Amino acid sequence: MDLKIDRRQVLRGMMAGSAVTVGLPILDCQLNANGDAFAATGARIPPRFGTWFWGLGLNEGEWQPKQTGTNYELSRQLVALKRHQKKMVLFSGGQVFLDGAANNTHFTGVQGLMTGKVTGSAEYFGSIDTLVADVVGNGTRFRSIDVSCDGDPKACWSARKDSGKQPAEVSPIALYTRIFGPEYQDPNAADFKPDPGVMVRRSALSAVSEERASLMGKLGAADKAKLDSYFTSLRALEQKLEIQLQKPEPLQACTKPSKPKEDEQLSTLATVAMERHDVFAGLIAHALACGQTRVFNLSITQGMSGLRKEGEPSSHHTYTHEEPIDSTAGYQIKCDWFSMLYMQGLANFVTILDSIQEGDRTMLDRMMMFAFTDHGAPRLHSLRNYPIMLFGSVDGRMKTGMHIASPGDAVTRVGLTVQQVMGVSVSAWGVGSNRVTNPYSEVFA
Amino acid sequence: MKNVRVSLRRGLIAAVSLVSLAAATPAIVVWAADTAPAADEPTSVRLSPSQFRQTIADVFGTGIVISGRFEPEVREQGLLAVGARKASITDMGLERYDELARNIAAQVVDERNRVTLIPCKPKSATAADDACARTFLASAGKLLYRRSLNDGELAALVKVAGDSANGLKDFYAGVGTSVANMLVSPNFLFRYKFVEADADNAGKFRLDSFSKAQALSYLLWNSTPDAMLIDAAESGKLHTKAGLQFQVDRMLSSPRVEGGIRAFFSDMLGFSDFEVLSKDPMFFPRYTIRVKEESQEQTLRTIVDHIVKRQGDYRDLFTTPNTFLTRALASLYAVPLVETTDNGQPMRWIPYTYPEGDPRAGILAHASFVALHSPAGRTSPTGRGKALRENILCQAVPAPPGNVDFSAVEQASRELSTARERLAAHATQPMCAGCHKITDPMGLALENFDSSGGYRTTENGAQIDTNVEVSGVKISGAAGLAKAIHGDPAAVSCVAKRIFAFGAGRLPLATDVEWNRIEKAFASSKYNVLSLMREIALSDLFYRPQNIQLASASGK
Repeated sequence: MDLKIDRRQVLRGMMAGSAVTVGLPILDCQLNANGDAFAATGARIPPRFGTWFWGLGLNEGEWQPKQTGTNYELSRQLVALKRHQKKMVLFSGGQVFLDGAANNTHFTGVQGLMTGKVTGSAEYFGSIDTLVADVVGNGTRFRSIDVSCDGDPKACWSARKDSGKQPAEVSPIALYTRIFGPEYQDPNAADFKPDPGVMVRRSALSAVSEERASLMGKLGAADKAKLDSYFTSLRALEQKLEIQLQKPEPLQACTKPSKPKEDEQLSTLATVAMERHDVFAGLIAHALACGQTRVFNLSITQGMSGLRKEGEPSSHHTYTHEEPIDSTAGYQIKCDWFSMLYMQGLANFVTILDSIQEGDRTMLDRMMMFAFTDHGAPRLHSLRNYPIMLFGSVDGRMKTGMHIASPGDAVTRVGLTVQQVMGVSVSAWGVGSNRVTNPYSEVFA
Repeated sequence: MKNVRVSLRRGLIAAVSLVSLAAATPAIVVWAADTAPAADEPTSVRLSPSQFRQTIADVFGTGIVISGRFEPEVREQGLLAVGARKASITDMGLERYDELARNIAAQVVDERNRVTLIPCKPKSATAADDACARTFLASAGKLLYRRSLNDGELAALVKVAGDSANGLKDFYAGVGTSVANMLVSPNFLFRYKFVEADADNAGKFRLDSFSKAQALSYLLWNSTPDAMLIDAAESGKLHTKAGLQFQVDRMLSSPRVEGGIRAFFSDMLGFSDFEVLSKDPMFFPRYTIRVKEESQEQTLRTIVDHIVKRQGDYRDLFTTPNTFLTRALASLYAVPLVETTDNGQPMRWIPYTYPEGDPRAGILAHASFVALHSPAGRTSPTGRGKALRENILCQAVPAPPGNVDFSAVEQASRELSTARERLAAHATQPMCAGCHKITDPMGLALENFDSSGGYRTTENGAQIDTNVEVSGVKISGAAGLAKAIHGDPAAVSCVAKRIFAFGAGRLPLATDVEWNRIEKAFASSKYNVLSLMREIALSDLFYRPQNIQLASASGK
């Protein structure tokens, strides 16, 4: 069966007001007593994790619900997420503390939020997703899949502890080819034959690994650290090849997606970026379902977004600075258009994840998606009151359906909570005023 | 010795050991960064995409097609070449390098290329032939690793080639596997600076000759040393004054120096940002993908013509009426280009000279500058001014502050037609004015160029005023700005520092006596860039290790 999840399909499902359910029915023998998802062989499917970044926050006063707890009404800018409210935790009030460091707008806030450390420099190491990937990401072809919808490979916020930011894939066709191209092994295929070319390559790369000792002996500490990072990447490449040489576990929800259409020409139109987003979302969902990765990072754009509305000469970022607050509406109307568009995209992605059935739960139920942004009030480029959402319950490990407001608290509390729910062994996270030891325990199941 | 970062005891041990072992033992120390911040910074440099491409072209020929994306680069101190010092290789980056490597290797050994690139024929095309593989891998490896391979390295490559050939029953596929290995090896993807005891100056250190050779070749050619340069390094001639001078002059007279000039100016002018540049076709239908590519080539051709062929004064790049245009570019600039030998070639480069006083003269008026530093739909005098300050004059523009209330800037009741009117609001706000006064006037002088680089005199129906005041000097329009930059000492100081940093991976210290001498020589040469490159390449400063660090005692 060639499962296609395209944008139209998703939108049709949403318009009809009911979930689009995809994937094949499973047999009882594929569930354990708790209804957890199993691969067709009975092996449990490990939890998965994704991040979803949009630039320039949400308009102050237009997104934060008045109520907290489980019985709250979504505010206007989040209304697109209404159907997912029960599977979402919304955080408000958190902030990033500078501790005297310079604020590099569009960067420093994310630096604090994603790495727990504000440095005043461009240093960016050890983002939450990589800490989680260290726990759940092993044993898949790709340690993570990182994409950017605006065409900028530098828009990704993922970075290992020992290397800089990962480059993002910007082309859906390139991503499709990377995951589902000639090197893809269908986990549900009846026969399996290791590729001799891959066997040779895997064997040959071990000779490169052996260069480590002779090089390291000649280098100073900083160069050694850099080379360490290289050899970590080399190990990841070797593991990827090793996995290609093993017969994959059958996965009932896995189907190979259709090849996306040719990439749009590079464009700064937000609508084009969001169309690409929906295609990426479908490909990522298939990659998760087919066990190709357990971690992904998607960015709509850089924080300082250059995306525009068709016919408008200025970008979203420019409008956050220059657009007056509409005296009738009470907010920046043009900026609002972007925020609403992005939240609709987020809802589309969550819909896709929630439409893939894995056992008695959906894929969304078995994972966590962490949605974050670079600023609180975008008009002020504020580091306060960040809107952050978590989706999914990680196989029942996390309670959802609530709004948690904690004005003035370090936003790193969310990061610590995410790590603990995902199984990272950590009791404190962050540096300086951003160091926290108190996760939001109310979400722990 | 300044800034030495070793303990006295370790330092003494090192000095004694090095002096005594210098003749017989390869270096066991490495040097770290020599400018602030001096703390343990890496000295190895990741090969840039342009260096990767140029190296492959020089080693295997220009017929090898390199398709695929590289890991993004990071700009530091104005240059990607400096940022490359901190760059490592991520998971996805190495995956991409591996794809590139396999693809290049397959082309090197394919039926079309093997005859010319592999200097021997295997006994059997379907089995290993260690002797033939060794011959080829030794010669290719020497150019890729920028030094002769040692016995262990060569043996490992030959073994990989042999095992693969036997496994795949294809000699050439086996050799290809080893080529791919070399192309993903840290010995190829990173360039290193190793230090040895200076045999001519007891107790002092110097770059070893191979490190010196590659520093020289990537400065002048943006590529790997050729066999002659590696031989000079191997024989020790590169450590002699005459030997170095011979190589520098030979390299500067080679056509490959054009590659070095193109790579440097592409880096300095920020051309990597073209990768994510697009314009709204609704507003700028003439700004096509072709124009985007041709605009970069226009500037690089103009620079090469002026600096390499004419050996002109660097400052004249900002005012030169001479350039090269295609029909598409002429259409963008509204220039009446006459093709006298039109034979239907779609992208023919035609020399063009602007009339005296034309505001489109000089490289700042090229679309490669005014379009690159403009958002998709309209201009940004702030962005252009910032780029001019940072890229051309080496001046730092502070980042905008956070938590700023823009209410005062947002003027709901006014229709603001021009960029000048929109920016006037910022200049009246003390929090904004400081930086906007640095950037905006220069950018406003270029407002006759729209976001795509097209020439205009009005914006939204209002006349554009390009009269500005920069540091108390009144300037009128692009031509006035070009003259001001031409006369600004910061422009020549900036390009000199950046060329040094492009090769060395670090900026020179402004107070260094040798650097001051080089700057004076640059002025004496009437700001001849090739002459500056020669001075740098011959100077001890370029190769001088400053912060010595002991490497592991187990080092080679």
